Amino acid sequence: MESKLEKKEFNITVYTENQVGLLSRIAIIFSRRKLNIESLNTSPSEVESIHRFNIVINETEEVVRKVARQLEKQVEVLKVYYNTNEDVIWQELALYKVPTEIIAEHVSVERLLREYGARAVVIRKDYTVFETTGHREETDALVVVLQQYGLIEFVRSARVAIIKASDGFHTKLKQFENREPGESASENEYLNNGDKVFTM
Amino acid sequence: MSSEEETAITVEQLKGSEILLNGLIAEGVETIFGYPGGAIMPIYDALYDYQDRLKHILVRHEQGATHAAQGYARTSGKVGVVFATSGPGATNLITGLADAQIDSTPMVCITGQVFAHLLGTDAFQETDVINITTPVTKWNYQVTDASEIAEVLAKAFHIAKTGRPGPVLIDITKNAQLQLTAYNGYQKCEHIRSYRPAPIIRNNYIEQAAALINEAKKPFVLFGQGVLLGNAEQEFKAFVEKTGIPAAWTILGAGAIPTDHPLNVGMLGMHGNYGPNVLTNECDVLIAIGMRFDDRVTGRLDKYAKQAKVIHLDIDPAEIDKNVKAHVPVWGDCKETLPLLTALVKEKKHEEWLEKFRTYTREEIEQCIDAEINPQSGELTMGEVINQLNQLTKGDAIIVTDVGQHQMVACRYAKFNHTRSNITSGGLGTMGFALPAAIGAKFGAPEKTVVAVIGDGGFQMTLQELGTIMQSGIDVKIMILNNQFLGMVRQWQELFHDRRYSFVDITSPDFVALAKSYYIDGQKISERAELKDALKTMLDHKGSYLLEVMVTKENNVFPMVPQGCSVSEIRLK
Repeated sequence: MESKLEKKEFNITVYTENQVGLLSRIAIIFSRRKLNIESLNTSPSEVESIHRFNIVINETEEVVRKVARQLEKQVEVLKVYYNTNEDVIWQELALYKVPTEIIAEHVSVERLLREYGARAVVIRKDYTVFETTGHREETDALVVVLQQYGLIEFVRSARVAIIKASDGFHTKLKQFENREPGESASENEYLNNGDKVFTM
Repeated sequence: MSSEEETAITVEQLKGSEILLNGLIAEGVETIFGYPGGAIMPIYDALYDYQDRLKHILVRHEQGATHAAQGYARTSGKVGVVFATSGPGATNLITGLADAQIDSTPMVCITGQVFAHLLGTDAFQETDVINITTPVTKWNYQVTDASEIAEVLAKAFHIAKTGRPGPVLIDITKNAQLQLTAYNGYQKCEHIRSYRPAPIIRNNYIEQAAALINEAKKPFVLFGQGVLLGNAEQEFKAFVEKTGIPAAWTILGAGAIPTDHPLNVGMLGMHGNYGPNVLTNECDVLIAIGMRFDDRVTGRLDKYAKQAKVIHLDIDPAEIDKNVKAHVPVWGDCKETLPLLTALVKEKKHEEWLEKFRTYTREEIEQCIDAEINPQSGELTMGEVINQLNQLTKGDAIIVTDVGQHQMVACRYAKFNHTRSNITSGGLGTMGFALPAAIGAKFGAPEKTVVAVIGDGGFQMTLQELGTIMQSGIDVKIMILNNQFLGMVRQWQELFHDRRYSFVDITSPDFVALAKSYYIDGQKISERAELKDALKTMLDHKGSYLLEVMVTKENNVFPMVPQGCSVSEIRLK
């Protein structure tokens, strides 16, 4: 059985109001506990006016659960979920800038694109920019290849993740908009059923 | 005339500052503690015309305003309100905000801010108050347009006083204070989409808790400020009386049931009573009500109540499992959850179990308390002073304590017959808290005798508030227990640092003369024979009074759970 004390990657999904200063309030929850955020992405969600943070940290479930509760306690935070990598579908976008001349001379670009699922975004005389999306090890693999050919610049986006078991936020939002929220909005079954998705 | 034109004429135009004051009145605010300055001047200018409806207490330092607001909130049950200007005025609020945050005190602080067009330019007296206060507020918001003020203020009050209460800060730019805008009246806030002040009560957990309690042979209740904040004193009393369970309190829970109640077995924690600490590690069911298992209460967590099934009643879901794992969580306001639980529990008496507490109490009295409150010779002890004060006030006074040895002594030996009568800085441990908090406490409960018990160190941190007492003419009794040391630090240095008294020897001014310079009467005593009369003089005096009592220098507060030890390793000497 997997230990709850083992550190691993957790994907924390935070649904919030779209408000100035909230990023700072959320970041403080982590920094105060000296927890390093591996990746942070914020974007609109499928629901208008509701924003969604995807935060990745490498921690024990015990710590993640407590952090999730502190996050959910913030006034403008509607809901927090945390999931392991197995519970989500996730992607990161990577851009690679390489000298066009070297690439053209030494690399079979066509093979490169096929093998790594890359796409040329810009091709100029002086440089070419490729793009891939995927998991960390996939985007890293192309870095290793391109470094041999004078990789000029590399950047990778924060992780975006979709929870496999989620039905989206519309139903949950309706509960929040009502004065009397539905029963499921505050369940704490995790205490009896610790491995399930944390909600409250 | 078109209907649109009619509407335009009937809508009132008010300045942002006036909208703010109207909102405060609509929220039932009567007293504001504050200090004016450049960036909040429009609000103060408007306040000039509202003096018949809003009482403003001019403190001597903004920190004093926050502690006064805390004292006011804690005695009255209302929201404490503070005004401060931008920059240094706002940063001076930080200690009070942090204190209110950790002790769950409802407070709304309004700070002035530079003009919106100057934000981020390092303008005169500009600080990023929103980012500075984020970690120490329940919520904060910067207003840059007058049209936002009414709604934001309503939201602030709703957040400050509901759920687990806490401090809220609104930063208002000067242009927003001055700006004329349409005012359609003030609507109180009752619902915020993303804010869930109290979780839904789940009956299955109440049932599980009741089953555990009914089967328990040695159940033990720990109660904290949540009982007071939920106004659940009666519900709590009904629960413990029906179940017959011994109940011990955190320092912020003191007074939820009277000290002399037969089921009140004393104080928890580092300087708490012997029995409650030792027996925490012997009980079979631990019922925590409105308390957060602070480390000063639990000592070493890995040795804390490991044998017990834990039932935790709390309104704040984040407190459940934070420090001590709960077997049964009872989320919700204990005003609502306790009656549900009481209805399901069996009426019982745990006489044999209670006798164990009494046995420990007898041992503690013999080895520790007797010598402290009835010393046969030598210098005065803090314990005997508090005990004497107790006898004279009959446990009816509001005792406001600062932080240190005297705080622990006062909490241990003062009697609290009434709820909201022990006002102290529990979580943050803020020296300098008591004098301004006592001012606020008196405004919050003017009919009560308010005694501020302060050490010689803490008094010197905010003694400028004597000026506030002088100017507002209120009746606060100030009792300084002077041991010429920063006593608690010295105690630790004695016990854990080989008596290396590093910078704890503190020299004080003539406190009585100082008080007299503020037209506050007082006296200084050092003899046992003078004590009773001096206390009577203080209590009978019309108006504020300062009594300085010289107490023995190197007295220690015992019992004590040394840091890093389990609660059952509590020492009596």
